Amino acid sequence: MLAMPPIISVSNLSKTYGSGFKALNNINLDIKRGEIFALLGPNGAGKTTLISIICGIANLSEGNVMVGGHDINRDYRAARSLIGLVPQELHTDSFETVWATVSFSRGLFGKPKNPAHIEKVLKDLSLWDKKDSKIITLSGGMKRRVMIAKALSHEPQILFLDEPTAGVDVELRKGMWDVVRGLQASGVTIILTTHYIQEAEEMADRIGVINKGEIILVEDKAGLMHKLGKKELKVHLQGRIDAIPASLAAYNLELSDDGHAVIYDYDTKGDRTGITSLLNDLRNAGIRISDLDTRQSSLEDIFVSLVRAP
Amino acid sequence: MNYRAIRAIYLFEMARTWRTLLQSIVSPVVSTSLYFVVFGAAIGSRITEVEGVSYGTFIVPGLVMLSVLTQSIANASFGIYFPKFVGTIYEILSAPVSYIEIVIGYVGAAATKSIILGLIIMATAALFVPLHIHHPWWMLTFLVLTAVTFSLFGFIIGIWADGFEKLQMIPMLIVTPLTFLGGSFYSVNMLPSGWRTVTLLNPVVYLISGFRWSFYEIADVSVALSLGMTLGFLAICMALVWWIFRTGYRLKN
Ligand SMILES: Nc1ncnc2c1ncn2[C@@H]1O[C@H](COP(=O)(O)OP(=O)(O)OP(=O)(O)O)[C@@H](O)[C@H]1O
Ligand SMILES: [Mg+2]
Repeated sequence: MLAMPPIISVSNLSKTYGSGFKALNNINLDIKRGEIFALLGPNGAGKTTLISIICGIANLSEGNVMVGGHDINRDYRAARSLIGLVPQELHTDSFETVWATVSFSRGLFGKPKNPAHIEKVLKDLSLWDKKDSKIITLSGGMKRRVMIAKALSHEPQILFLDEPTAGVDVELRKGMWDVVRGLQASGVTIILTTHYIQEAEEMADRIGVINKGEIILVEDKAGLMHKLGKKELKVHLQGRIDAIPASLAAYNLELSDDGHAVIYDYDTKGDRTGITSLLNDLRNAGIRISDLDTRQSSLEDIFVSLVRAP
Repeated sequence: MNYRAIRAIYLFEMARTWRTLLQSIVSPVVSTSLYFVVFGAAIGSRITEVEGVSYGTFIVPGLVMLSVLTQSIANASFGIYFPKFVGTIYEILSAPVSYIEIVIGYVGAAATKSIILGLIIMATAALFVPLHIHHPWWMLTFLVLTAVTFSLFGFIIGIWADGFEKLQMIPMLIVTPLTFLGGSFYSVNMLPSGWRTVTLLNPVVYLISGFRWSFYEIADVSVALSLGMTLGFLAICMALVWWIFRTGYRLKN
């Protein structure tokens, strides 16, 4: 079977703002059709800048971007018709009603009127009872959902969610993820940015990490989960030892700085963890144990170590 | 052409007009009536006739132009400035619409509004003075051309402005003086010859003169020149808008 071409293909993309600040540096990224891709990165990493360029809000400085096989500059009409965007900031028309603003978006994207579709979108996002309310009367979380409804009004094939859950309460967040999963099931590709690693873990098929304008990691969640499968066992000793006994060499133990503990890395997903035999061998080496603790390296650790790296 | 997008923008802007009906229609009507009271009644009792028509009648085309000019600029500049200001412009920029479609939507709505306004002012004027329009089609042509041209001009100001002061600055400092000095309230022929030459540098003179000709067949300059100047200004505005969108000036960073 031929591999499906990526729905979004970013090549050698750089962006320098008018101020001279280089916000993106030679980005290369492919988004697969139908996946949920999470873009993770600290404040100011360039997530919003990248999304703005793909969606046509900012001009790129170098490189090119293809969306659904269309160049975003040369063939902007075809490219943009495929995209729904929910920006990070809440930008809404205060005096319009929910219904009017969502219908406006559909018209703007050149789609014929379809009240049934808009009704469905509003119901899915629990906004139906607010349809005749002026936006100014809504809460922040509701406004965010109005913006999602606007993006979905024109039935996009690609949905960008720039920090969709900022300011949305836990229950509605769950509801929102249900909507996102439903969209994915209907074939929509979703790219979301978030600061919450749990969110990326829970939702995404693939995760990309961006820092200081560069993509530093793109990996399947499965691959990351494998890394997550690694745990470490810290064995606290009653006395202190100066060196790991030769009989324990096979375990690749690490001695703590104070000599009061040894650290053992193991894989919970492996056939055998080796913990039992390690404890046996420790006793055989005459080492007495005072306590044990285990710790899982989280995506957070991976993330932190990646963005901290010089 | 994405006609649905043009329609969506146009209707969105018109909806804003209806929402703010009071200030967009009522206040110009009231101020026009005041002009009639002040200029028509007070001054008109001294100046009885200008070039064969009563003074009150004479100033009608100028008053209409005054409102159409200022309202076109105000509507269009605010119409595009506001989405920039509150950030909703993101949606327009990310939509599959061409710049021409955006301009038709915004400028079309602003021009429609000021044309309606111009007609309402004429109707108001007809309550005060007898009004006769010799060339109704030419009158409409000048009205529409002026409304479109100055809506385009307002659109440019709205894009250029990065604060509310700038939004007000050009209309206040340039357009209002030019309109007042553009022969709304007097015939250029009434001026001493030195002033007349200076006045002819004012583009608004040509608009008002042509417009007044369509009413009473009296003009300060030839009609062809009026039409030519109006079209010329329209062309300049179009070229500017084209340049703005080509470069993404003040819309994309
Ligand atoms: N219009 C602009 N002009 C100049 N610099 C800008 C502009 N917009 C963003 N930047 C800079 O570009 C960098 C990336 O910003 P961006 O908004 O893309 O970050 P982000 O990853 O979305 O951050 P956050 O998580 O806070 O939303 C930042 O250093 C920011 O200061
Ligand atoms: Mg951001």
